[in-house]
Amino acid sequence: MRHTRLTRRSTLAAAATLAMPSIARAQAAPIKLGLIHPVTGALAGAGGRCRLGGQLAIADINAAGGIKSMGGAKIEALLGDAQGRPEIATQLVDQMAEAGAAGFTGCFASNLGLAATQAAAKYGIPFAIDSGIADAITTRGLKNTFRFFPNNTTATTDAMAALDAINKKAGSPAKTAVIVHEDSEFGTNSVKLQAAKLPLIGIEVKALLPHATPTRDFTNIVLRIKAEKPDIVLISNYENEYVLLARTLVQQRVELMSTYSISGGGFNLKFAKEAPQVAENMIDFNHWHNPKDPRATAFRKRVEDSGQFYSWELPFGYFAVKLLADAWERAGSADKEKAIAALNASTFSDHFMPYGPTKFTDGQNSGAHPVALQIQQGDMHVIWPDSFADVAAVFPRPKA
Amino acid sequence: MKAPLIVVGLVLALGPFALTSQSLVNFAMLTVVSAFLGQCWNIAGGFGGLTSFGHTIFFGTGAYTAAILQTRWGLNPWLALPAALVTGSLVGAAIGAAAFRAGLRGSYFALVTLAFAEVFRVLSNSLDFTRGGLGINIPLGMGAGNFQFADRRSTYAVALAFLVLATAAAAWLKRARFGARLAALRENEDAAAALGVNLVRTKTIALALSGGLTALGGVLYAQTYLYVDPAISFGVERSVEMLLVAMIGGAGTVWGPILGAIVLHIIADVSRSWIDTPGFAPMLYGVVLLVIIGLLPRGIIGIWERWRA
Amino acid sequence: MAEIYAAALINGLLIGGVYALVALGLTLIYGVLHIVNFAHGSLLMVAMFAAWLMAEKAGVHPYAALPVVALAMFALGWLLYRYVIGRVSRGEDRAILLATLGVAVVLDNVFLTLFGGDTRQIESDLTFAVIEAGPLLLSVPKVIAFAVSLLLAGALWAFMALTDTGRAIRAVAKEPEGARLMGIRPERIFALAYGIGIGCLGAAGCLLLPSFFVSPHVGNVFVLVAFTIVVLGGMGSFPGAVVGGLLIGVTESLGGLWLGESLGPIGISLVFIAVLLFRPTGLFGAAR
Repeated sequence: MRHTRLTRRSTLAAAATLAMPSIARAQAAPIKLGLIHPVTGALAGAGGRCRLGGQLAIADINAAGGIKSMGGAKIEALLGDAQGRPEIATQLVDQMAEAGAAGFTGCFASNLGLAATQAAAKYGIPFAIDSGIADAITTRGLKNTFRFFPNNTTATTDAMAALDAINKKAGSPAKTAVIVHEDSEFGTNSVKLQAAKLPLIGIEVKALLPHATPTRDFTNIVLRIKAEKPDIVLISNYENEYVLLARTLVQQRVELMSTYSISGGGFNLKFAKEAPQVAENMIDFNHWHNPKDPRATAFRKRVEDSGQFYSWELPFGYFAVKLLADAWERAGSADKEKAIAALNASTFSDHFMPYGPTKFTDGQNSGAHPVALQIQQGDMHVIWPDSFADVAAVFPRPKA
Repeated sequence: MKAPLIVVGLVLALGPFALTSQSLVNFAMLTVVSAFLGQCWNIAGGFGGLTSFGHTIFFGTGAYTAAILQTRWGLNPWLALPAALVTGSLVGAAIGAAAFRAGLRGSYFALVTLAFAEVFRVLSNSLDFTRGGLGINIPLGMGAGNFQFADRRSTYAVALAFLVLATAAAAWLKRARFGARLAALRENEDAAAALGVNLVRTKTIALALSGGLTALGGVLYAQTYLYVDPAISFGVERSVEMLLVAMIGGAGTVWGPILGAIVLHIIADVSRSWIDTPGFAPMLYGVVLLVIIGLLPRGIIGIWERWRA
Repeated sequence: MAEIYAAALINGLLIGGVYALVALGLTLIYGVLHIVNFAHGSLLMVAMFAAWLMAEKAGVHPYAALPVVALAMFALGWLLYRYVIGRVSRGEDRAILLATLGVAVVLDNVFLTLFGGDTRQIESDLTFAVIEAGPLLLSVPKVIAFAVSLLLAGALWAFMALTDTGRAIRAVAKEPEGARLMGIRPERIFALAYGIGIGCLGAAGCLLLPSFFVSPHVGNVFVLVAFTIVVLGGMGSFPGAVVGGLLIGVTESLGGLWLGESLGPIGISLVFIAVLLFRPTGLFGAAR
């Protein structure tokens, strides 16, 4: 069942035309931008939010007059559904390149990103990764690939620094940990780094418990956690298993100072709303916006008002597009080589992520960092680093 | 086949070499790969009636053979082709020997292949040898000597050669004594056995042949996308796709899988284009599938047969 | 350590009960229609979404919704067979198989379009309720699911053995042509059996939801396990489905403990293959 899809989203452009009839008639040719995400299949939810973020950015840019240095050229979205299959991501790149795509964003999942960036490199078309955390995406020497967001190594290293800081602030009560992780790339990669790092910050790893995806029941794993009596549990897995594990921990009355997940698949606002008792005070190290920036609050409200649930995938999709648009604006052209040169020199700062100024080293933004998040009273809050934190951490959490 | 049909076939097969559009070549390449995999399934599933639900076992075996040969032992990827023929056939022979000795057929055989695919998936996800869930990245190094093609027409050429090979094997089965024995077993095991057909050996050879050929498809995949992981290699979707292509086209016929691949790919592409709501296009695809099954019980090739009759 | 083994054993039994619940409908459908219902996982997903919708939008607890959902699923199954699967396949085995695959593709994507791809769950008072059995804490929703699956298996068995309809179904399962001569119309019985099988999924969905989650792909999580149980127990056998479910639950649980939760799931597939190779009639199956 292989499908490919390439659709021209003209409704947004049409809406903009209606709003500004006088300018619209005499404007420059639109710039085509390929958005490649899995919007069907197992990754459909998060992939769809990445796409939505990208579409919002395009709507905003066009509503604000397009790329001004190019005579107000509008951006036209080419939407592609990669379905979680690398061969389809590749096919979409080919199709969109021929349809005249001047840039790409995508692909939510790392394996799709690896395939798509490699295909786009053949044409030399710039590719802004939105989500896709594998280091390899930008370390393979592809000249066209840029990631504004953190890679896996940064995320894992930072995660340990954040845990250390949170623990120290509370007087270092946490001395032992158990690590639960799913056994494919995502979990395995980060766990290696965690296990090496934890002893250095004074936390002994009592057990490593890998599990398969799918795992239907976590009682056994939780009983083994219980037997180890750790102060904290570190979690790296996907949404379904995250939800089950978190619930089973509460149900089996495991006494913990906290759970600490690294890119916890199920740690989001929907989880906070649907499972309030379980989610309260859980900590996750993940991507998020800068909560102190009013533009971020407004952006979140805008998404929620449209009936969507808000997650980090939205700003990721959004700023991948903005990053490319910024390059086109500065290059004054959508020419591939000029855009890539502009991206390399990028100091993109018109964003509300908790990152410093943008600086690309081999396509990776070295200023990008995730944050530590905690669900408190059913809402998402940043608790680390202090410069972006909007509340104090609840750690250790109060005993039930 | 009549002369005009041969001409149409040649034009369709060779046409893509004249195309400059990489995406059209890519579409042709995916269709041909799909036809090839369907034909491989057909050799066991159609001619032998061995309805496998886990044919991706062989695909994945081939993909991992290619990836491991290069990354672990630094061998030239072209060597992966003969190697995959061997590993794919061996896996086919092993599964076949076990299943047919136990007398499995029909749904039971389908289920045992499904389970073997799951075993392969879990193992490749757990073993260090296959780098577990990390999967294997094959280093980028474009060049014909390295079996990595920048131009999709080259990939297409390899896929087409595979399809010709598998179709030749199917045509041979249709005529050869071995094929007749296989068909006899498919139609009536007891009668065939009474006539002296060795059931276990005949079916096992068919599965090994099919497995070896399918593994070639895995090598091509690995060399094209340069990444192999347990889900890509041993996920149930690819098994289902192979079976659908063959069965929708016409199982047990030489040209059925090719027709099936062409029609299914066109339907998928048409239903995908211009529809924005996620999930809506595959839903439509499913409906069209049901309609084809309902109207053409013998597969698409049934139209041709009916017209000729 | 002994405590952990005891816990794993009991937990395996509880999970096995839930698996059996999913397998009951599958074994009935196989027993009567002699086909593997590849739409089973998708229909379980539909049932779970139905239960989730009732809880989320109407505030009805899944247990209270069970009769309604089970009836609705029965109707859906009956309609699906009567107007889609039966019609499309004309009773031909291979075509039925393809038709169930096609139905699965359509259903999965209808729900993806309607609900998006995210994971959803409900939290109620029962979510964290446990029964304290010595050092063990047994999840109440799992205990309930376990008990109901035993009851349901008993009820199905009694229905098949004691009622006229049940006898008609068994007659058709054994000898469709003979049954036709007796004045039974096999196509009607097939639709009925398919409906009952899917109705069981309605119950399974309601019992699963409180201790699980739902997403358009949730069916895949259970489908291979359900196949395994049906084969292990003997295709078409209700006691087989229950015993098979419990055995698989325990195998998975202990397998996870010995081999690690990562390699553990292979235990299920190995049991599956071993049964197929060495005793394809399963534990309770009649000779083929």
